[in-house]
Amino acid sequence: MEIAQHHLEVHNLSLYFGGVQALNRVDLKVKKGIVFSLIGPNGAGKTSLINCISKFYIPHEGKIIFNGREITPLRPYEVARCGISRTFQNIELFKGMTVLDNIKLGRHNHLRSGPLAGMIYWGKAKREEEELETFLDREILDFLGLTPIKHRVVATLPYGLQKRVDLARALSPKPEFLILDEPVAGMNREERQDMMKHILEIKTVWGLTIFLIEHDMEVVMNVSDSIAVMNFGEKIAEGKPEAVKKNPEVIRIYLGHSFTEG
Amino acid sequence: MELIVQVMIAGITIGSIYSLIAIGVVLIFKSSGVINFAQGSMAMIGAFIAYSFVTQLGVPIVFSLLITFLIAAAIGIVIERFVLRYLTGASLLSIIIVTLGITFIMDGGALAVWGSSNFTFPKLFPAFSLELGGIKVPSVYLWSFITAMVLLVIFLLFFKYSKMGLAMRASADNQKVAIALGISSRKVLSLTWIIASIVATGGGILLASISALHVNLSYIGLIVFPVIIIGGLDSIAGATVGGLIVGVLEAISGVYIAPHLGGAFQQVAAYLLLLIILMVKPYGLFGAKTIERL
Amino acid sequence: MKCFKTRHCAYYFIFVGIFLLFPFSLFKYTNYVLFLVNMGAIGVIGASGLNILKGYTGVISLSQAAFMGVGAYTVAILSTKEGLPFWINLPAAGAITAIVGVVAGTPSLRLKGFYLAMATLATQFLLEYVFKNWESMTRGVQGLFITPPQIFRVHMNNDWVFYFFVVPLAFVAVLCTRNLLRTKVGRAFTAIRDRDIAAELIGINVFKYKLISFAISSFYAGVAGGLWCYYMTIINPEAFTLLVSIDYIAMVIVGGMGTIMGPVYGAIFIILLPEFIQRVMEVLQPIFRMTYTFEAFKHIVFGFTIVIFLMFEPKGLSEIFSRMGRRIAKWRRKEVREKGGY
Repeated sequence: MEIAQHHLEVHNLSLYFGGVQALNRVDLKVKKGIVFSLIGPNGAGKTSLINCISKFYIPHEGKIIFNGREITPLRPYEVARCGISRTFQNIELFKGMTVLDNIKLGRHNHLRSGPLAGMIYWGKAKREEEELETFLDREILDFLGLTPIKHRVVATLPYGLQKRVDLARALSPKPEFLILDEPVAGMNREERQDMMKHILEIKTVWGLTIFLIEHDMEVVMNVSDSIAVMNFGEKIAEGKPEAVKKNPEVIRIYLGHSFTEG
Repeated sequence: MELIVQVMIAGITIGSIYSLIAIGVVLIFKSSGVINFAQGSMAMIGAFIAYSFVTQLGVPIVFSLLITFLIAAAIGIVIERFVLRYLTGASLLSIIIVTLGITFIMDGGALAVWGSSNFTFPKLFPAFSLELGGIKVPSVYLWSFITAMVLLVIFLLFFKYSKMGLAMRASADNQKVAIALGISSRKVLSLTWIIASIVATGGGILLASISALHVNLSYIGLIVFPVIIIGGLDSIAGATVGGLIVGVLEAISGVYIAPHLGGAFQQVAAYLLLLIILMVKPYGLFGAKTIERL
Repeated sequence: MKCFKTRHCAYYFIFVGIFLLFPFSLFKYTNYVLFLVNMGAIGVIGASGLNILKGYTGVISLSQAAFMGVGAYTVAILSTKEGLPFWINLPAAGAITAIVGVVAGTPSLRLKGFYLAMATLATQFLLEYVFKNWESMTRGVQGLFITPPQIFRVHMNNDWVFYFFVVPLAFVAVLCTRNLLRTKVGRAFTAIRDRDIAAELIGINVFKYKLISFAISSFYAGVAGGLWCYYMTIINPEAFTLLVSIDYIAMVIVGGMGTIMGPVYGAIFIILLPEFIQRVMEVLQPIFRMTYTFEAFKHIVFGFTIVIFLMFEPKGLSEIFSRMGRRIAKWRRKEVREKGGY
C-alpha cells in the first residue's frame, strides 16, 4: 500500500511572544495539489503559522516537514528555494522598483550571473536577462494581465493591482507550494472575482498546492478542497468545506459573520 | 600602585564629562529619534563663548556662564526649529548628514572667529586639591567630576520624577498619544534641545578646564558613540555608565597599552570596544531590539 | 559592435570627440583644469562605489576614505617593494581592498542602520590607526613616495597622461554600475535597500549580497585609492581621514543617492566647491576685508551646502537635472502642439 506523502506537514508547532502564546501545538497536513484554507478570527495565529513556515519567526517547539524533508532549521531564503513561495498580507513589494523588476526578483535564484558578469553585461548577463523577460512575459505577465503595466513603478499602482503584482512575483519561480496571505483583503467585488478565478486557474493549470489564508468566506468556500479553522493559536476544526461549515464550534466563533451565506 | 590610581582618577573624571555630552545625544534621540552628530561642536562652541565672555569681554564668571548657557539654548532652538523641522520623517542618513553639516558650520565658524590655536580656559573652581591616601587629586579633576555627577543626578531625578520629565518620556515613547493627552510635542522637543545644548556646553567647559581650549574639542562628539553603544541609545543611566567606562578605558589604554602598540591607541580603543560589543549584541549592551512587523 | 540607433551612435562619437579634444581646447591654466578633472574622475570612481553600497544596498558607510587608503598603500607597497607594473597593481589594489571590505562588512550580518554606521565608523578609525602605526609597511605619518609608472615614456602623474587614463576608467566604472543594476545582483541590492526582510523571505540571501556589495564598493574604492597614489606620488594617512569619508558621502548625497549619474554630479560638485570658494574669497576679500582663513570658510560653506541640499532637495543634483529635463520636454511638446495645431 502506497502511503501518499503529504506536501507539507506541521507537527506540534508552538510559538510565544513574551507571555502571549501565538501558536499552541498546531498540527496540520496538506496534500499535494489541493487548495488548503486556513481560517479563523483575527489574532488566531494564522499569519504566525505561515510566518513560521517562511522562517520569519522561529517556532519554539515543533517541526515543519516539506516533501518529507524537515525544513525547520532552514534560513528564510533557503525555505524559498525549496519551492515554497508566498504572498504578503501587507504587500511587501519593493515600491521603488518597476512591476517587471519586482517579478524578476521572484526568479532570483534561477539566475546565474554573478557580480562580474553583471558589470560586464554584454554576453552572459544580457542573454540571461532577455531570456528571463521572454519567460516572464509568456508565463506570468500574460496570465495575470500585467503586460500593459510592466514598466510602471509599483508605488504608482492602485492597491488591487499591487496585490496582483505580489501574486505574480510569488508565481515567477514556478513554485510547488504557494502560500497566499489574505489575497483578496481590501478588494472590491470585481477584483475579488478576478482573484478567485486566478486562484482556481493556478490550481488547475499550474498544478500547485495552494495554502490560503482568508477571511472572505465566499472565496474560501468556492476554492477550497480542505479547510482548517484556528482560534487562539489552536486548531479547532479541519475537514471538507461542507463539514467545517456545519461544525458547531466553528459557527460559534463566527457568530454574526456572513458565514451562513456561503 | 600610585600610577594606576591616578590613571583611574583621570579616567573617571574625563569619563564623567563624556557621560554629560552623551546624555545630550540620548535625550535628543529619546524625544525625536534624531542622532545628533553635532553635540561635540556644540560643546566646543559653548566653551569658546564662555571663554570669550570671561577673558575677552571681562564679564564675571558667573554671569558669563549664564549668558553662555542662554546662547547655547538659543543655538539649540535654532537648530531644532529651522533645520530639523524640515526633516521630520527623513531617513536616518539624511539626519546624520544634516547634523554633520551643522558640525562643519560650527567648526568653521569657530575657526573663523577664534583661529586654531590653543587657549587656556580661565579657572572656574577654587584651587584646593584633595589628598587620597597619599595621592594628589588635582582640583580641576575633582571639581569637574563633582559637577558632572551633580548634573547627572539632577537629570536622572528630573526625568524620573518631574512632570516635565514624564512628559518628555511620554513624548519620546509615543508622540501621537502624548499629543492626544495634551502634551505639546513642540515644546517638549524645544526643551530637549535646550537641555542638550546646555549640557553639551557644560561638558565642553569642563573639558576645556582640564585640557586646553581648541577648536578640535569638537572631536569629543565622536567619543559619544562608543559611550551610547555601551550604554544604550535610549538610556540616560546607561550613558552615565558608558561614559565612565569609556573614560577609564581610554586612560588605561593610553598609559598601559599604547606604548606597546604604538601611536595614539587610546583614541581607537573605545571604538574597538564598540565593534566587539556590536558583534555580540547588535543593539548595544542595553539596547532594546525593535520587533519588526511583517 | 552594433549601435541601436544612429542617433545614439552620433552621441557616442560626440562624447568621445569632446573627451579627446578637451585638453587641447584649454589655453590657459591647462594643467590646473586637468588636475581638477582628474581629481573629479577619481572621485567619480570612489563615489560610484559608495553609491552602490549606500544608494543601492542601503548601507551607511563612513569608511570609504579608509578603503581608498588601503588601495593607495597597496599600490605604493607593490610598486616600491615588489616593483610590479601598474596593470597588476591597480587590480590588486582593488582586490585587496575588496577583501578588507568584506571582512569589515561582516558586522552587517546582524547590524542595522545606525549601529551598522557605527561599525563602519569604527572601521575607519581602526584603519587610520593602522596607516599611522604599521610603520614597517606604511612608514607611518611620513608616508610613502612612489615613482609613478611610465606610459609611452611619460610618467603617469603627468596631468595629460593621467587624464587620458583616468577619465575612461571613470566612464567604465559608471558603466559597470549601470550594468550591474540591470541584472540579478543589482536588483538584489535594491531589494535589500527597500525591504531587506521581504528580500530574505522571497529567497535572497541577504547577508551574502551585503558582503558582495561591500566587496564591489571596496574594489571601486581601492582602485580609486590606487589611482590617487599614482597621481599624487606621495601618500600619507592625512589623505584618508574621516573628513574625506564624509566628503564621499556628501558626493553621493548631493549628487543623488541611488541614481547612476548621481556620483558623477556629486563628485564634480564636491571637487569644484573648494575651488569655487577660493575664487569667491579672492574676489570678496579686498571688498569686505575678511580675515577668515580659507579652511574656516571652506568648512562653513561645505556645511551649509549639505544642510541646504538635504533640506530642500534631498534627492540631489540628479533630481534637479531630471526635473529640468522633464520641463524642457514638456515645453517642447507644448511648442510642437501650438505650432502644429491640435
